[in-house]
Amino acid sequence: MNKYTISGSPHVHSTENTQKIMYRVLLALVPALLVAIYYFGWYALRLTLVSVAACMLTEWLIQKFLIKGPLTINDGSAALTGLLLAFNVPANLPIWMAIVGSIVAIGVGKMAFGGLGKNPFNPALVGRVFMLVSFPTAMTTWPQAAPIFKAGFFTDAVTGPTPLGLLKEGGAASLDHAQFIDMVLGNRGGAFGEVCAIALLLGAIYLIARKVIDIATPLSILLTVFVFTGIFWLINPATFIAPWYHIVYGGLLLGAFFMATDMVTTPMTLQGKLLFGFGVGVITVVIRLWGAYPEGVSFAILIMNAFTPLINKAFKPKVFGVVKPAKN
Amino acid sequence: MNPIKTFPKGGVHPEENKLSANQPIQDFPMSKQIIVPLGQCLGAPADCIVNKGDRVLTGQLIGTAKGFVSANVHSPATGTVAKVDVVMDHTGYYKPAVFIDREEQDEWVEGVIQTDELLTEIKLDSKQIIDRVKDCGIVGMGGATFPTHVKLMVPEGKKAEYIIINAAECEPYLTCDFRLLLEKTQEFLMGVKILMKAVNTDKGIIGIEANKMEAIELLDKTINAHRDLYKGIEVQPLKTKYPQGGEKQLIKAVTGREVPSGKLPIETGCVVVNVASTYAIYEAVQKNKPLIERIVTVTGKSVKKPCNLRVRFGTPANLLIEAAGGLPENITDVINGGPMMGKSVSVTDFPCMKGTSGILLMTLDEAQDRRQTNCIRCGRCAKACPMGLQPFLLHKIAKQNNFDETETNHIMDCIECGSCEFTCPANIPLLDYIRYGKAKTGAIIRARNQK
Amino acid sequence: MSNTLFISLAVLGILGGILAVILYFVAQKFKVEENPLIDEAEACLPGANCGGCGFAGCRALAEACVKQAAEKGNIDGLSCPGTDMGKVAAVLGLTAAAFEPKIAVVRCNGSCQNSPSKVHYEGADICAFATTLYAGEGGCSKGCLGLGDCVKKCNFDALHIDKETGLPVVDSDKCVGCGVCAKTCPRGIIEVRPRGKKDRRVFVCCVNTDKGALVTKNCSVGCIGCQKCLKECPFEAIEMRGNLAYIDPAKCKACGKCVKVCPRGSIHAINFPAPKPETPALQGAEPVVKPQPKPEPVEVKTEVKPENTVTA
Repeated sequence: MNKYTISGSPHVHSTENTQKIMYRVLLALVPALLVAIYYFGWYALRLTLVSVAACMLTEWLIQKFLIKGPLTINDGSAALTGLLLAFNVPANLPIWMAIVGSIVAIGVGKMAFGGLGKNPFNPALVGRVFMLVSFPTAMTTWPQAAPIFKAGFFTDAVTGPTPLGLLKEGGAASLDHAQFIDMVLGNRGGAFGEVCAIALLLGAIYLIARKVIDIATPLSILLTVFVFTGIFWLINPATFIAPWYHIVYGGLLLGAFFMATDMVTTPMTLQGKLLFGFGVGVITVVIRLWGAYPEGVSFAILIMNAFTPLINKAFKPKVFGVVKPAKN
Repeated sequence: MNPIKTFPKGGVHPEENKLSANQPIQDFPMSKQIIVPLGQCLGAPADCIVNKGDRVLTGQLIGTAKGFVSANVHSPATGTVAKVDVVMDHTGYYKPAVFIDREEQDEWVEGVIQTDELLTEIKLDSKQIIDRVKDCGIVGMGGATFPTHVKLMVPEGKKAEYIIINAAECEPYLTCDFRLLLEKTQEFLMGVKILMKAVNTDKGIIGIEANKMEAIELLDKTINAHRDLYKGIEVQPLKTKYPQGGEKQLIKAVTGREVPSGKLPIETGCVVVNVASTYAIYEAVQKNKPLIERIVTVTGKSVKKPCNLRVRFGTPANLLIEAAGGLPENITDVINGGPMMGKSVSVTDFPCMKGTSGILLMTLDEAQDRRQTNCIRCGRCAKACPMGLQPFLLHKIAKQNNFDETETNHIMDCIECGSCEFTCPANIPLLDYIRYGKAKTGAIIRARNQK
Repeated sequence: MSNTLFISLAVLGILGGILAVILYFVAQKFKVEENPLIDEAEACLPGANCGGCGFAGCRALAEACVKQAAEKGNIDGLSCPGTDMGKVAAVLGLTAAAFEPKIAVVRCNGSCQNSPSKVHYEGADICAFATTLYAGEGGCSKGCLGLGDCVKKCNFDALHIDKETGLPVVDSDKCVGCGVCAKTCPRGIIEVRPRGKKDRRVFVCCVNTDKGALVTKNCSVGCIGCQKCLKECPFEAIEMRGNLAYIDPAKCKACGKCVKVCPRGSIHAINFPAPKPETPALQGAEPVVKPQPKPEPVEVKTEVKPENTVTA
């Protein structure tokens, strides 16, 4: 006869677990990956595989030999970090740089803090920013999208500026808005995961429907960027571009839906999420309009990650039956 | 029918699994020897007033309440006291109990009306009702076993506006209250009337989850058919959401009032009573019958015949399991009560008591894999908490034995419903730590208040 | 360029100077006069801030000692369980009562073998919580739960859970007898007892006061209250607490006679010399001897606690 289990109530549990959450996010990123392969061919696929493998291997090695703790390599979080890291870099990045970035992302960004759930910063962004400051040229040489049936699967891509790069260099006049639809579909230069707005939105809708992510954060980010850039556009349409271009160009959608919604590094309560999103939005726009870099989503999210514990402390849910101010 | 209401914050929706909902209540035959634990309620166990060799009648008082929060214990059968000793309860601890060797024939104590006739005239006044409830040893039969007469004694300066009947039965699997509502509708409604008279109010609300439509319709129909008799009683359907039957959640859902933190429900003018207790109060007040039996749901997905049994207290639980088709193979969890708030059972031959609302048998699949992983700070526990607490935080600080922090983070407001742990994707035993923290913090607060 | 260098040097230098002066005055103003004896007394204490003395920490005890020495001329009643207070007394120019070293003793031997598990616990690793849920894996409601609340609380790393037995083991070298573990244990299994002469001590390794029949049901080495030891003891050191024998360490002379008569092997004798060949006949508890006893600290008949032999 088997022994009965003694445990505190509840004795039933939801079927949700961490692994499922991670795999759902991975699944949600598949459309964007497919579009990336379509436009950037072998380079995108290669980089994705390398970076996912490097992240998983780094985590495994650290858990096996440094921490000597339980191995959680199949929970999908390392793979997700790898995928997001790959999505944030140019497709023609040398392989070794991607590996270095992965090691930093997992090693410094995650495992150094104690592993999953304990890292204050989004590991993929830690890796990305590390690469950006270490290999500035390689990280800002963007290949132009070229559909594989035209350009071929293994062809080297032509490099060229990103829309936001153009904006930074030459101002609003240098952008050709006639190609807006093309850009929404992903036919533009940039990090290969961020180019196709449609694919990203598809994934985001899936995640929201499965209740993996909360729409509050991305909504708050997008609204803030929209309003903020909109104000400047209304003031001076000659120097500033319209808010809807700001939302589609660059990595805002990828960041808002897939990185600013990382549970570990972002606030938990609704108000906290809204404030977090507002902060990300403001910092992004400030960097885009006046900063040294054409794109600022990564920095914005990392900076707001640092504020997350404070935001969590400031915005606590209202306790049932407690009237403010707390009675004594 | 009234529009469906619910409590606003948190909650989860576990699989309902009301497997025994269509099984009529069966009378369960008594065993040869019955073992009546003296501590059947929250609070102090009763003092034994019988000795070895005494002959006791069915319904005879065998244990008297000790202290304010305590309840009388009556003999559930006729027979001879074999011994007064200790018996292992479901937790494996030894508790004082009276062992009675039963005689075949039930012989009731004097004054008990044994007919099934519905008695609609309430002869007792408020105080007499409460005294009768106390004498008959009635406790909250939802599982918490808080003595009901204590609840009914409205403190000076407070007014009870509503009697709320907790018929939510939000625990998955359990169907004992539902069956009782269907089969003893009139008696139950009379119980509500008695309760209304006991606390001097003319409003009684029956809160009931919408997955029990059959019962809602039947109650509505009965109330409409006897409009004069059941004046003031209302049926309030509630959304099927756990913990709808939590006292504070129920009050909030039904009346929109919030029980202040650290206060009792009477602050909001509400007295909440369970269905089975209401029925027991009818029996006690109208028929002078003490509380010696209850409905127990024996259930589980692998159980052959899930059923609802009317069981005299002291009957060993393993006999009930036999009646439900025997212990299935690969059972890993035996639970006394429902899956969300019930208690794990160490031994299956524990005697049924006033709080045994169900016996749930689960295999590993039903209980779900409980491998723990790291907290990913998803905040689902905080979202699920009906009390607006932050379980992840309470877990962390309780683990660190930081009991100042637990207090300021309202750990004492936790109702231990288990929604947080149910929803946790990392399978962290949140509630275990919170209970630990709550016990420690409570002790610190009590020590401080005594100074 | 040199101009810039000079200016910044000057500004920072002056700033530093001003701040130093301010700091000096602030330090003067807030200077706390403290008896240097407190530091000296504190130096004699272990410095682990275990709280075993009843004060918030070692410094608090040192302060109390200095205060009482000044007021009453003695330090009676103040003692650190892990240190010879004589040293502190010497610092204060006094003498203290003789120091009796103590050690924590785990009074449960309900190992996985002696009290086989009947159920399986899954949940938080807190004894204080588990005890509210159930009696214990072995079924004994007084026995050790093995989740290690005591281990977590020990400030001296002197306790660890033996994986074989599932019971906490006291490291004789590290334990100072502060008693934090004894206060922590929700079942009162750990007791702080004098180490005894030559580190030899005899104690009943059980805290179950239930009737014998209930004890034997769950455990093969629990005390059943047969009182054989009580009758055997020449020093009247054994008393009955319910159905449990208790050896009063103040009266016990560690003769070991009770160990031989115990039919359950519940009485443990630690650090006794090797048994003579004619071990008593009572073999009842023999098959349940704890696996892998350490060879050197041999004792009489019962199993060995894996404590190191420390001969004074």
